[in-house]
Amino acid sequence: MIKSELIAKLAEENPHLYQRDVERIVSTIFESISEALASGDRVELRGFGAFSVKHRDGRVGRNPRTGESVDVPEKSVPFFKTGKELRERLNEGYDGG
Amino acid sequence: MTGKTVTRADLSESVYNALGLSRNESAQLVESVLEHVSVALTKGEKVKISSFGTFSVREKKGRVGRNPKTGEEAAIDPRRVLVFRPSHVLKDMINEGAANGSASQAKTA
Repeated sequence: MIKSELIAKLAEENPHLYQRDVERIVSTIFESISEALASGDRVELRGFGAFSVKHRDGRVGRNPRTGESVDVPEKSVPFFKTGKELRERLNEGYDGG
Repeated sequence: MTGKTVTRADLSESVYNALGLSRNESAQLVESVLEHVSVALTKGEKVKISSFGTFSVREKKGRVGRNPKTGEEAAIDPRRVLVFRPSHVLKDMINEGAANGSASQAKTA
């Protein structure tokens, strides 16, 4: 499912809303999450999961092809941890098949 | 960095501020979005939100694990795990945001 398909589903369920409003709603939600993470906040959506920012120290990496060493600067990366309820839903009736 | 935790209530407040809907309806729409994403994932679908990231489901085989504390062997059943891969846009946003606090001053000089 891509963003436009998600918007289409919501629009279908909410015939009283304009398509452009539904687009705006979906964008607002994901932009709010992104902005929160950009300012170093955590986003916790019970039952779904939590987004946080993890810090990675700088390190000396190596180009695996040439063996040359390269400086990898410190950075922050977004991280998602699946919520308990969603994790359980993903595994309902799943037996490896 | 404010060290705050953003919740559903904050997301519905953003929707409420962006559109002219009621608070109640804004909250329901946030819930619907999360629910549609969850349903797609439980069906094993990938969910790709451009400029945000991709959620996908990975299938893990069963294996024999070990309780790291007691050293005891324990069977781990096959299971499905959710993986989130952030988009470059999101990664860049986060690094620019983080840089505002410390490293960026050097660059502006």
